[in-house]
Amino acid sequence: MPMIASLLCGLIFGAGLLISGMVQPTKVLGFLDIFGAWDPSLAVVMVAALAVSIPGFTLANGRSRPLLTARSIWPTKRDIDLPLIVGAALFGIGWGLVGLCPGPALESLATLSPGVFVFVVAMAAGMALHDFWQKLQPKLRNQAAVANADG
Amino acid sequence: MANFTPLSAAIGGGLIGLSAVMLMLLTGRIAGISGIFGGLLDFDNDDKGWRIAFIAGLILAPLMAGWIGHAMPTPKLPASWIVIIAAGLLVGFGTRLGSGCTSGHGICGIARLSSRSIAATVIFMLTAIATVAVTRHVLGG
Repeated sequence: MPMIASLLCGLIFGAGLLISGMVQPTKVLGFLDIFGAWDPSLAVVMVAALAVSIPGFTLANGRSRPLLTARSIWPTKRDIDLPLIVGAALFGIGWGLVGLCPGPALESLATLSPGVFVFVVAMAAGMALHDFWQKLQPKLRNQAAVANADG
Repeated sequence: MANFTPLSAAIGGGLIGLSAVMLMLLTGRIAGISGIFGGLLDFDNDDKGWRIAFIAGLILAPLMAGWIGHAMPTPKLPASWIVIIAAGLLVGFGTRLGSGCTSGHGICGIARLSSRSIAATVIFMLTAIATVAVTRHVLGG
């Protein structure tokens, strides 16, 4: 059941991106281009999405558990830290270069466009690179500590 | 504002919000696409079924639209492969480091009134606007 629910949610999400036009990089770039022929559509998409999700999440937060699984997994981080700031900044640059963010990029695989495939592979590589670098961090820190101890 | 499409934007946005609420109410998960996709790449993560199902639904949507005569047009991308690859790398690395993208921070995070997500959304909007300003109006093209 959770799998079917998840599939259905993906389908509705995809329909939303499709109907709103947000799968089209030209539409997204039209919003981001505030110095050109500005298209405020993306702002309307966000406001409409939030008009549904704010009351919906308030309702979900008040429930002890989800309908189909044992427990909800809410994000736990609270601080506005350096990784959040740098990560969001880098993501914005990539988004602005092409007009694709992860949702529309994955959905656009359906068009079999070679450019989209290359983008998604590069995106996966970027994620893998980050995870690899994160795993390396404690090792690097330990090596530095050993080096310091030796000195 | 000749390209402004408020009605379809409002309907589509409402559906995106509905999907995020349903995923949380039914399965207890955040509908953040970068997080859902990123979890697939993590070998230590054995919780992949629902992630694959969600992404399958996402890809199925335009296919189903095509069956009823509303085929999705092929997205218009930059001519340069280097730009496409660089953008993909930045989006992948940035969303992992910043723990989210337009959906996770912009829709779900703001709906939870998370200050982290509000900050992230403001930052990625600003750098994206700056990037478009530079590529379209400074460098031209």
